[in-house]
Amino acid sequence: MQLSGHGVICVRGGREVFAGLDFEAVSGEAVAVVGRNGSGKTSLLRLIAGLLIPAGGTIALAGGDAELTLPEQSHYLGHRDALKPALSVAENLAFWADFLGGERRDVTESLAIVGLDHATHLPAGFLSAGQRRRLSLARLLTVRRPVWLLDEPTTALDVAGQDMFEGLMRDHLARGGLIVAATHTPLGLESRELRIGGTA
Amino acid sequence: MTALSALIRRDIRIALRVGGGALIGVLFFLTVVVLMPFAVGPDLALLSRLGPAILWLGALLASLLTLDRLFMADHEDGSLDLITMSRTPLELACAAKALAHWLAAGLPLIVATPVLGLLLNLDMVATGAVALTLLAGTPALTFTGMIGAALAVTLHRGGLLMAVLVLPLSIPVLIFGVAASQAVIVGPMTFGAPFSILCALSLVSFVVGPFAAAASLKHGLD
Repeated sequence: MQLSGHGVICVRGGREVFAGLDFEAVSGEAVAVVGRNGSGKTSLLRLIAGLLIPAGGTIALAGGDAELTLPEQSHYLGHRDALKPALSVAENLAFWADFLGGERRDVTESLAIVGLDHATHLPAGFLSAGQRRRLSLARLLTVRRPVWLLDEPTTALDVAGQDMFEGLMRDHLARGGLIVAATHTPLGLESRELRIGGTA
Repeated sequence: MTALSALIRRDIRIALRVGGGALIGVLFFLTVVVLMPFAVGPDLALLSRLGPAILWLGALLASLLTLDRLFMADHEDGSLDLITMSRTPLELACAAKALAHWLAAGLPLIVATPVLGLLLNLDMVATGAVALTLLAGTPALTFTGMIGAALAVTLHRGGLLMAVLVLPLSIPVLIFGVAASQAVIVGPMTFGAPFSILCALSLVSFVVGPFAAAASLKHGLD
């Protein structure tokens, strides 16, 4: 499986964010997207996720499920965590598992892995920022998708949480998954670096 | 199918929880209709002639009240991104959300109608007629209103803009809804003709609404 982009141009609000960007990632590989604030790291992830339309160039996934598009095979973990404060932790996760479909893991099992099994029935509105992030990570575990697009994934996670997440990423890569992460802090695992714009 | 029923169940559950929109709509409907007899005065004949129009206006405003949040809430917390990326076509997801909104916010209005009919001096038959026209007509309000809700997300302006966009679209529904109810109470028209048109408006909105809303959301990807 290979994710590649050729000559990708991103224009937002009439301003060219980056142009002529080439990148490549193969199964079992992590790409760390680095660059200063506003250089277009989030935009790149949203382009890959199909949430922005490139002004030029192509992004393609070769060797995946031919029936599905790239966004349908991807998990996007953004700044906003797609949780409903009125629903409980388990309800939030179960909804995304049902809605996203496909091969899935048991909800309680993934909550145990991210360390939220004690808060299953708590409304998501009462969670701390770090717990919300853990719940978002549980979504990536529950529904199996080969491509993970992560935007500042370790934000708000404590040290133990970062270690846990590093382990999850390693497992994902070992199963032939692929990670593209926008980050300012090192991912903690060997990764290919993709720099956008000038040096930070 | 699991995906759509999951979406419908989630939206209904959120609407019924504390802070959800379901109760607010009914309370607003109740307030508008209860205030009306005080404003019009104790003329019973006048009240029963105005009754269907008051009930319809109340239901229209009550269903618009919570509609602007239909996509906005999902947009703000990032859920809309994941819904757009998913294997479920966006048109179907829009239709499911509108259906959930109608079940949670529209259906309670119809259930409340018989009680409010009493306050407006409407007899059993007239109240039944109004409830029936609301049952046939309010889905059209939700499904056309959904287009405005999607545009509000695209343009980053909620509330008032949505009312300005959606109200003109709901005028035909209002005209034929009230006409059908009046036909039962004062005649001389038949109930069938305006009621059929009302049903047709709902059916058209089922087709047009989801496609227009999904197109608007896709265009506004940001």
